[in-house]
Amino acid sequence: MFTGISIHTVFVLDQEEAIDFYVGKLGFEISSDVDLGFMRWLTVAPPNQPDRSILLEVPGPPSQSDETAAVIRDLLTKGALGSTILNTDDCRGDYKRLKDLGVEFTEEPTEQPYGIDCALRDPFGNHIRITQPGGTDA
Amino acid sequence: MKTPGEDQNRRLLRARDAMDRDFAEPLDVPSLARVALMSPAHFSRQFRAAFGETPHRYLQRRRIERACAMLRDTQATVTEVALAVGFDSLGTFSRTFNTIIGRSPTRYRADAVPFNAPSCFVRSWTRPSSFG
Repeated sequence: MFTGISIHTVFVLDQEEAIDFYVGKLGFEISSDVDLGFMRWLTVAPPNQPDRSILLEVPGPPSQSDETAAVIRDLLTKGALGSTILNTDDCRGDYKRLKDLGVEFTEEPTEQPYGIDCALRDPFGNHIRITQPGGTDA
Repeated sequence: MKTPGEDQNRRLLRARDAMDRDFAEPLDVPSLARVALMSPAHFSRQFRAAFGETPHRYLQRRRIERACAMLRDTQATVTEVALAVGFDSLGTFSRTFNTIIGRSPTRYRADAVPFNAPSCFVRSWTRPSSFG
Protein backbone atom coordinates (compact mmCIF):
# COMPACT_ATOMS: atom_id res chain seq x y z
CA MET A 1 0.00 0.00 0.00
CA PHE A 2 1.39 3.38 -0.90
CA THR A 3 1.56 5.77 2.03
CA GLY A 4 1.95 9.08 0.21
CA ILE A 5 3.92 11.18 -2.24
CA SER A 6 7.35 12.07 -0.89
CA ILE A 7 9.33 13.75 -3.70
CA HIS A 8 8.71 14.92 -7.21
CA THR A 9 11.10 16.63 -9.60
CA VAL A 10 10.88 20.21 -10.74
CA PHE A 11 13.41 21.00 -13.44
CA VAL A 12 15.39 24.19 -12.98
CA LEU A 13 18.26 25.75 -14.91
CA ASP A 14 20.41 26.75 -11.93
CA GLN A 15 20.23 25.29 -8.43
CA GLU A 16 21.58 28.37 -6.64
CA GLU A 17 19.03 30.57 -8.36
CA ALA A 18 16.41 27.96 -7.48
CA ILE A 19 17.39 28.17 -3.79
CA ASP A 20 17.15 31.97 -3.93
CA PHE A 21 13.59 31.61 -5.21
CA TYR A 22 12.14 28.56 -3.48
CA VAL A 23 13.83 29.20 -0.12
CA GLY A 24 14.54 32.92 -0.19
CA LYS A 25 11.18 33.99 -1.58
CA LEU A 26 8.61 31.20 -1.29
CA GLY A 27 9.87 30.27 2.18
CA PHE A 28 10.59 26.59 1.58
CA GLU A 29 13.33 24.94 3.61
CA ILE A 30 16.21 22.88 2.22
CA SER A 31 15.44 19.31 3.21
CA SER A 32 18.57 17.83 1.65
CA ASP A 33 21.57 19.19 -0.21
CA VAL A 34 24.08 16.45 -0.95
CA ASP A 35 26.89 16.25 -3.46
CA LEU A 36 26.54 12.72 -4.75
CA GLY A 37 29.44 13.19 -7.11
CA PHE A 38 27.37 12.53 -10.18
CA MET A 39 24.73 15.06 -9.18
CA ARG A 40 23.75 17.55 -6.50
CA TRP A 41 20.72 16.08 -4.69
CA LEU A 42 18.84 19.22 -3.70
CA THR A 43 15.36 19.05 -2.23
CA VAL A 44 13.19 21.70 -0.64
CA ALA A 45 9.99 21.35 1.36
CA PRO A 46 7.37 23.61 2.91
CA PRO A 47 8.31 24.26 6.56
CA ASN A 48 5.12 22.65 7.85
CA GLN A 49 5.33 19.63 5.55
CA PRO A 50 8.93 18.39 5.71
CA ASP A 51 8.11 14.95 4.34
CA ARG A 52 6.83 16.36 1.03
CA SER A 53 9.80 17.57 -1.00
CA ILE A 54 10.54 18.94 -4.42
CA LEU A 55 13.75 17.77 -6.08
CA LEU A 56 15.26 20.76 -7.87
CA GLU A 57 17.01 19.02 -10.74
CA VAL A 58 19.07 20.48 -13.56
CA PRO A 59 18.52 18.57 -16.80
CA GLY A 60 21.69 17.37 -18.46
CA PRO A 61 24.00 14.46 -19.20
CA PRO A 62 24.45 11.69 -18.30
CA SER A 63 20.87 11.54 -17.00
CA GLN A 64 19.68 12.98 -20.28
CA SER A 65 21.58 13.39 -23.51
CA ASP A 66 22.53 16.91 -24.49
CA GLU A 67 19.78 16.81 -27.10
CA THR A 68 17.11 15.69 -24.61
CA ALA A 69 18.29 18.19 -22.01
CA ALA A 70 18.02 20.95 -24.61
CA VAL A 71 14.42 19.93 -25.30
CA ILE A 72 13.60 19.95 -21.58
CA ARG A 73 15.22 23.36 -21.14
CA ASP A 74 13.31 24.66 -24.15
CA LEU A 75 10.00 23.40 -22.80
CA LEU A 76 10.80 24.64 -19.31
CA THR A 77 11.46 28.19 -20.46
CA LYS A 78 8.28 28.10 -22.55
CA GLY A 79 6.30 27.24 -19.42
CA ALA A 80 5.29 23.83 -20.75
CA LEU A 81 6.51 21.51 -17.97
CA GLY A 82 3.47 21.40 -15.74
CA SER A 83 2.39 22.96 -12.48
CA THR A 84 2.85 22.80 -8.75
CA ILE A 85 -0.11 23.80 -6.59
CA LEU A 86 0.59 25.03 -3.06
CA ASN A 87 -2.02 25.40 -0.33
CA THR A 88 -2.13 28.41 1.93
CA ASP A 89 -4.35 29.84 4.65
CA ASP A 90 -3.89 33.41 3.35
CA CYS A 91 -3.72 33.71 -0.43
CA ARG A 92 -3.96 37.49 -0.53
CA GLY A 93 -1.36 37.89 2.19
CA ASP A 94 1.04 35.58 0.39
CA TYR A 95 0.41 37.43 -2.86
CA LYS A 96 1.30 40.77 -1.31
CA ARG A 97 4.38 39.41 0.46
CA LEU A 98 5.71 37.72 -2.66
CA LYS A 99 4.81 40.60 -4.94
CA ASP A 100 6.84 42.88 -2.69
CA LEU A 101 9.76 40.47 -3.11
CA GLY A 102 9.56 40.86 -6.89
CA VAL A 103 7.94 37.51 -7.69
CA GLU A 104 6.45 37.36 -11.20
CA PHE A 105 2.70 36.77 -10.87
CA THR A 106 0.56 35.61 -13.78
CA GLU A 107 -2.76 35.88 -11.95
CA GLU A 108 -3.84 38.04 -9.05
CA PRO A 109 -5.82 36.46 -6.19
CA THR A 110 -9.26 35.54 -7.50
CA GLU A 111 -12.26 33.91 -5.90
CA GLN A 112 -12.92 30.51 -7.43
CA PRO A 113 -15.61 27.93 -6.70
CA TYR A 114 -13.03 26.06 -4.61
CA GLY A 115 -11.50 29.04 -2.75
CA ILE A 116 -9.12 31.89 -3.56
CA ASP A 117 -6.05 31.38 -5.70
CA CYS A 118 -3.37 33.17 -7.66
CA ALA A 119 -0.55 32.05 -9.93
CA LEU A 120 3.11 32.85 -10.49
CA ARG A 121 6.19 31.63 -12.31
CA ASP A 122 9.53 30.69 -10.91
CA PRO A 123 12.58 32.29 -12.57
CA PHE A 124 12.82 29.45 -15.09
CA GLY A 125 9.21 29.33 -16.31
CA ASN A 126 7.65 26.76 -13.97
CA HIS A 127 4.03 27.51 -13.15
CA ILE A 128 3.01 27.60 -9.49
CA ARG A 129 -0.48 28.16 -8.11
CA ILE A 130 -1.24 29.23 -4.56
CA THR A 131 -4.67 28.10 -3.40
CA GLN A 132 -6.57 28.92 -0.25
CA PRO A 133 -9.15 26.13 -0.21
CA GLY A 134 -12.60 27.33 0.72
CA GLY A 135 -11.40 30.90 1.13
CA THR A 136 -13.69 33.82 0.38
CA ASP A 137 -13.44 37.58 0.67
CA ALA A 138 -16.78 37.76 2.46
CA MET B 1 22.57 29.58 -16.89
CA LYS B 2 20.13 30.29 -19.67
CA THR B 3 21.25 30.16 -23.27
CA PRO B 4 20.22 33.13 -25.43
CA GLY B 5 17.41 30.99 -26.87
CA GLU B 6 16.16 30.02 -23.42
CA ASP B 7 16.30 33.63 -22.29
CA GLN B 8 14.25 34.57 -25.33
CA ASN B 9 11.73 31.81 -24.54
CA ARG B 10 11.36 33.21 -21.04
CA ARG B 11 10.71 36.72 -22.35
CA LEU B 12 8.20 35.40 -24.89
CA LEU B 13 6.47 33.47 -22.10
CA ARG B 14 6.27 36.68 -20.10
CA ALA B 15 4.43 38.32 -23.01
CA ARG B 16 2.11 35.32 -23.35
CA ASP B 17 1.41 35.50 -19.61
CA ALA B 18 0.55 39.17 -20.11
CA MET B 19 -2.06 38.15 -22.67
CA ASP B 20 -3.46 35.58 -20.27
CA ARG B 21 -3.62 38.16 -17.51
CA ASP B 22 -4.58 41.36 -19.37
CA PHE B 23 -6.68 39.89 -22.21
CA ALA B 24 -9.43 42.47 -21.65
CA GLU B 25 -7.05 45.36 -22.27
CA PRO B 26 -6.46 46.77 -25.76
CA LEU B 27 -3.24 44.79 -26.23
CA ASP B 28 -1.32 45.16 -29.45
CA VAL B 29 1.91 43.73 -30.82
CA PRO B 30 4.06 46.77 -29.96
CA SER B 31 2.99 46.71 -26.30
CA LEU B 32 3.53 42.95 -26.05
CA ALA B 33 6.89 43.25 -27.80
CA ARG B 34 7.94 45.70 -25.10
CA VAL B 35 7.14 43.08 -22.45
CA ALA B 36 9.40 40.66 -24.34
CA LEU B 37 12.10 43.30 -24.85
CA MET B 38 12.02 42.87 -28.64
CA SER B 39 11.10 44.83 -31.72
CA PRO B 40 7.50 44.22 -32.84
CA ALA B 41 8.48 42.37 -36.03
CA HIS B 42 11.01 40.17 -34.26
CA PHE B 43 8.51 39.49 -31.47
CA SER B 44 5.80 38.31 -33.87
CA ARG B 45 8.20 35.99 -35.70
CA GLN B 46 9.73 34.55 -32.56
CA PHE B 47 6.40 34.14 -30.77
CA ARG B 48 5.10 32.11 -33.67
CA ALA B 49 8.28 30.04 -33.75
CA ALA B 50 8.07 29.32 -30.02
CA PHE B 51 4.33 28.76 -29.57
CA GLY B 52 3.14 27.82 -33.05
CA GLU B 53 0.73 30.70 -33.64
CA THR B 54 0.74 34.46 -33.93
CA PRO B 55 0.28 36.64 -30.85
CA HIS B 56 -3.03 37.87 -32.30
CA ARG B 57 -4.37 34.36 -32.69
CA TYR B 58 -3.29 33.40 -29.17
CA LEU B 59 -5.04 36.48 -27.79
CA GLN B 60 -8.23 35.71 -29.72
CA ARG B 61 -8.28 32.16 -28.34
CA ARG B 62 -7.66 33.47 -24.83
CA ARG B 63 -10.50 35.98 -25.12
CA ILE B 64 -12.94 33.43 -26.48
CA GLU B 65 -11.95 30.91 -23.81
CA ARG B 66 -12.68 33.56 -21.16
CA ALA B 67 -15.95 34.40 -22.90
CA CYS B 68 -16.92 30.73 -22.73
CA ALA B 69 -16.19 30.73 -18.99
CA MET B 70 -18.33 33.83 -18.45
CA LEU B 71 -21.16 32.36 -20.51
CA ARG B 72 -20.98 29.15 -18.47
CA ASP B 73 -20.49 30.64 -15.03
CA THR B 74 -22.19 34.05 -14.94
CA GLN B 75 -25.48 35.68 -15.85
CA ALA B 76 -23.80 38.47 -17.87
CA THR B 77 -25.45 39.30 -21.19
CA VAL B 78 -23.62 38.39 -24.39
CA THR B 79 -22.85 42.06 -24.97
CA GLU B 80 -21.44 42.38 -21.46
CA VAL B 81 -19.31 39.29 -22.05
CA ALA B 82 -18.02 40.66 -25.35
CA LEU B 83 -16.91 43.92 -23.78
CA ALA B 84 -15.51 42.21 -20.68
CA VAL B 85 -13.12 40.01 -22.67
CA GLY B 86 -11.75 42.81 -24.82
CA PHE B 87 -13.95 43.08 -27.92
CA ASP B 88 -15.09 46.51 -29.09
CA SER B 89 -18.36 45.37 -30.61
CA LEU B 90 -20.93 42.63 -30.27
CA GLY B 91 -20.77 41.95 -34.00
CA THR B 92 -17.02 41.27 -34.04
CA PHE B 93 -17.31 39.16 -30.91
CA SER B 94 -20.18 37.06 -32.27
CA ARG B 95 -18.43 36.45 -35.60
CA THR B 96 -15.18 35.50 -33.89
CA PHE B 97 -16.99 33.29 -31.39
CA ASN B 98 -18.88 31.49 -34.13
CA THR B 99 -15.71 31.00 -36.16
CA ILE B 100 -13.79 29.52 -33.25
CA ILE B 101 -16.47 27.60 -31.34
CA GLY B 102 -18.81 26.73 -34.18
CA ARG B 103 -21.88 27.88 -32.27
CA SER B 104 -23.34 31.23 -31.29
CA PRO B 105 -22.61 32.51 -27.78
CA THR B 106 -26.28 32.03 -26.87
CA ARG B 107 -26.27 28.44 -28.11
CA TYR B 108 -23.00 27.75 -26.28
CA ARG B 109 -24.51 29.05 -23.02
CA ALA B 110 -27.58 26.89 -23.42
CA ASP B 111 -25.42 23.78 -23.89
CA ALA B 112 -22.79 24.53 -21.23
CA VAL B 113 -22.08 22.91 -17.88
CA PRO B 114 -19.80 24.50 -15.22
CA PHE B 115 -16.31 23.12 -14.53
CA ASN B 116 -15.05 22.91 -10.96
CA ALA B 117 -11.27 22.76 -11.40
CA PRO B 118 -8.32 25.13 -10.85
CA SER B 119 -8.74 27.98 -13.27
CA CYS B 120 -5.37 27.55 -14.99
CA PHE B 121 -6.32 24.02 -16.04
CA VAL B 122 -9.78 25.07 -17.17
CA ARG B 123 -8.16 27.89 -19.09
CA SER B 124 -5.55 25.72 -20.77
CA TRP B 125 -7.72 22.72 -21.52
CA THR B 126 -10.88 24.48 -22.65
CA ARG B 127 -9.09 26.92 -24.92
CA PRO B 128 -10.22 26.30 -28.50
CA SER B 129 -7.31 24.68 -30.28
CA SER B 130 -7.83 25.81 -33.83
CA PHE B 131 -9.92 28.05 -36.00
CA GLY B 132 -9.86 29.89 -39.28
